[in-house]
Amino acid sequence: MYAHRSVAAQGQNPESEDMASLTIPMTSKNQANRTSKRVLVLEAGRAEHHYWRDLWTYRELFAILAWRDLAVRYKQTAIGIAWALIRPILSMLVFTVLFSRVAKLPSVGHAPYSIMVFAGMLPWFLFSTILNDASISLVTNSNLISKVYFPRLIVPSATILVALADFAITFALFILMMAWYRFFSDWRLIFLPCFLLLAILASLGPALYITALNVKYRDFRYIIPFILQFGLYVSPVGFSSTVIPEKWRLLYSLNPVVGVIDGFRWCLLRGESKFYLPGFLLSIGVVIVSLLLGTWYFRKTERTFADLL
Amino acid sequence: MTSDVVIRAESLGKKYLISHDVQRERYTTLREVIAGKVKRLARSAANGFRTTMGRGQEVEEFWALREINFAIKRGEVVGIIGRNGAGKSTLLKILSQITEPSEGRVEVTGRVASLLEVGTGFHPELTGRENIYLNGAILGMERAEIRRKFEEIVAFAEVERFLDTPVKRYSSGMHVRLAFSVAAHMEPEILIVDEVLAVGDAEFQKKCMGKMRGVAKTEGRSILFVSHNMMAIKQLCRRGVWLQNGRIRNTGPIDEVVEAYTASVHDKLQSGDAFSRNAVTGDGRVELVSYSVSNPKSDLPLATKDDMLFRINLRVKEEIRQSALGISIFNEFGVLMTSINTVELGIPLPPLPAGNATVCVRIRKTVFLPGPYTASFWVMNPQGHIHAMAENSIAFELAQTPLYGTSQVDRRWGCVYSDVEFSVTPLAT
Repeated sequence: MYAHRSVAAQGQNPESEDMASLTIPMTSKNQANRTSKRVLVLEAGRAEHHYWRDLWTYRELFAILAWRDLAVRYKQTAIGIAWALIRPILSMLVFTVLFSRVAKLPSVGHAPYSIMVFAGMLPWFLFSTILNDASISLVTNSNLISKVYFPRLIVPSATILVALADFAITFALFILMMAWYRFFSDWRLIFLPCFLLLAILASLGPALYITALNVKYRDFRYIIPFILQFGLYVSPVGFSSTVIPEKWRLLYSLNPVVGVIDGFRWCLLRGESKFYLPGFLLSIGVVIVSLLLGTWYFRKTERTFADLL
Repeated sequence: MTSDVVIRAESLGKKYLISHDVQRERYTTLREVIAGKVKRLARSAANGFRTTMGRGQEVEEFWALREINFAIKRGEVVGIIGRNGAGKSTLLKILSQITEPSEGRVEVTGRVASLLEVGTGFHPELTGRENIYLNGAILGMERAEIRRKFEEIVAFAEVERFLDTPVKRYSSGMHVRLAFSVAAHMEPEILIVDEVLAVGDAEFQKKCMGKMRGVAKTEGRSILFVSHNMMAIKQLCRRGVWLQNGRIRNTGPIDEVVEAYTASVHDKLQSGDAFSRNAVTGDGRVELVSYSVSNPKSDLPLATKDDMLFRINLRVKEEIRQSALGISIFNEFGVLMTSINTVELGIPLPPLPAGNATVCVRIRKTVFLPGPYTASFWVMNPQGHIHAMAENSIAFELAQTPLYGTSQVDRRWGCVYSDVEFSVTPLAT
C-alpha cells in the first residue's frame, strides 16, 4: 500500500491574451473627497454604535442583492414562474377538497371555499417563502460574509423582495380566480398594503431568529420544513378561523399568522369574513415582540458569523 | 504629523474559542449540543450531582493575535510577514471589519478595500454587466460611481464583446480580469492585499504589483501587503511587520525585518518542524517526531537542480527487525510528482532498535520547478504493514531561481525542469 493519489488537476495553460498595458487606470480626481473621510474605530462591542447608520449606507447593496436573487430566480423564466403558479393552485385544490368536501367545514359568509382558501394562502406563502429563503441565505452567501463587511441584516432581509415577487404572481392568479367566480372585493382592498406589511413583519421576526440559529447549528435547516409543515396546519390556511370555538379564539390568535390571514380575508373577501379585533391586536403584539426578539438575537450573534461560516 | 496616521492599532487582540471534540467543522450541530447536554445531565445524575463545571470543559482559549501595536501613515506600503497561522489573516480580517477584535482598538481613517475579495460575489448565472454592478456594490461602491467608471472597467478587463454573456461561460482568464478590474477601480484610502491574489498567472501578478506601486506612489494611498514571497515584499514595501504566534516579533525597515525573518526560518529548519499529532496514522510502533527539508548546500533555500535533504526524526517504541521506508511528493494540485520506497528499490535497511532515530532521504538534482510541495512519509514492514504514516504533512517550497532565462517560472512551464537542447536541421531538397 503506497500513498498514491489520483491526478486531480493539471496546471492549465492560461490563454496568452495581450496584457501589455500594465498601467492602472486610477483616476485621481477624488482628491476632494479626502476631506470628508471619517475615522472608524474598531474594538470589542463597538459594532453597535454605527450599525443602523451602516444599514442605511449599504441600502444599495440591499437593493442589488435582492435584485440578484430575483434575476437568478427568474433567469430560467419558465421554471421560475411556473413554480410560483403550480404551488398555490395545487395547495388550493387539496385544501378545498379536503376541508370543504371531506371535512365539510364552512366557508366565510357567501365566499366560495376556494376563494377563501386562496386569500389565506397568499400571506401564508409569503410567510413560508421568507422564512425558508432567509434561513438559508447566510449560509449560501457565506463567501460574502467571510470576506466583506456589511451589516449582515441585509442578507436575510433581501429575500423579502423575492418573496414579494412570488406574491405578485400569486396575487395575479387570485384576481383571475375572482373573475372566474365573479366574486370581487370592494373598498376594503385599499388596506391590503397594511396587511402585506404586517405579513412581512410577522415573517421577519422568526426568520431572523432561525437564520442566526442556522449559522450556529447547521442542522437546523432540517427542522425548518417541519416547522412550516406544522405551521400550515395550525394556521387557518385551509379553513376559516371561525371554526375555532369562541373560547379558544383569543388563545389561537397567539399565532401571529392568524391575525395576518384574518386581515387578508377581511380585506379581500368584501367583509364576508368578520374582523375579530381582540385577536387581531394580540397578533400584532406577538408580531412586534417576535420582531424585537429576532432582531435582538440576530444582532447578538451577528459578529460571530464570520468566525462560524 | 500624527494626523497623517491612517491606521493605529492599540494592544489589539483576537481570541478564538476552540472546542476539542469538534475537530473538522467550525459550526456545531444542534444534535451535538443536545447530545452533549443529555450526556452531561446523565453524568451529573450518576455522580450524585457533583459539580460538573470545570470538568468536561472542552473549550480552550486561543489568542490568534495579542498585544498588537502599530501605526501606518498615509502613503506607506507595509509588508506583513510571518509563518502560516501567525495571525496575518486575522489581522487583515479585523482591519476590514469582517471580524471584531476581542480586546484593544484600531482607528482607521478612510475607506478600506481588500484585494482578497477579488471576484467575491460573482454570480455565474448573471451576465458580465450585471456582475460588475453586483460586485461593485459588494465592495462598497455606489451605483453612480460604478456607472461613471463602467466603460473604464470594461475596457480594462477586455470583455466588451462578452458583456451580456453569463459569467459561467467566461474563461478563467476573463473571469479573473473582470473581477480584478472592478476591484482596481475602487478608490480606497487603504488597500489590503492578501497572498490569495497570487493564484493568478504571472501576467496577472505583474498587473497587481504594477497597480499597487502606482497606487502608493501617485496617489498617496496606504497599502498593507501580505505575502510569503520575500522578493515581492522587498520590492514593494518600505516597512515590515513580522508576526509570530499572534504577536509582533519585529518591525522596522523592510530589509532588516525580512533578513531577521529569513534567518529565523533557517534556524527552524535545523531543529525541524513537529508533525501534527493527528496527521500520523499507523500501528504506533513508530512515532514520527519532527522533520526538516533543507538544501544540503549550506543554508541556501531549496531550489530546482540542487539536492534536497529530508531529515525525519522518529522514535521507535519496540525494535523493528525488517523495516521499509517510503516518501511521496505532491505538487499544489495534489498531483503525485514522485513516489519512492526502499522495498521496490530493493534497498535493505538495518533493524531499528527501540529509541530515537533519524532518517535522511536525499534527492539529488531536483527536477521539480519552483512552487509549493507537500510530501508523505511512511515506515512499514516489507509486507506493506504500516507502522507510521504522515500523509501530506511535510510542507516545503522550492524557491524561484533563474531557470530557462527567467526568474519567474510558474506552472505554465510545467512541473519538472528539463535540461533541454533544441536543434534545427533544414533538409536539403
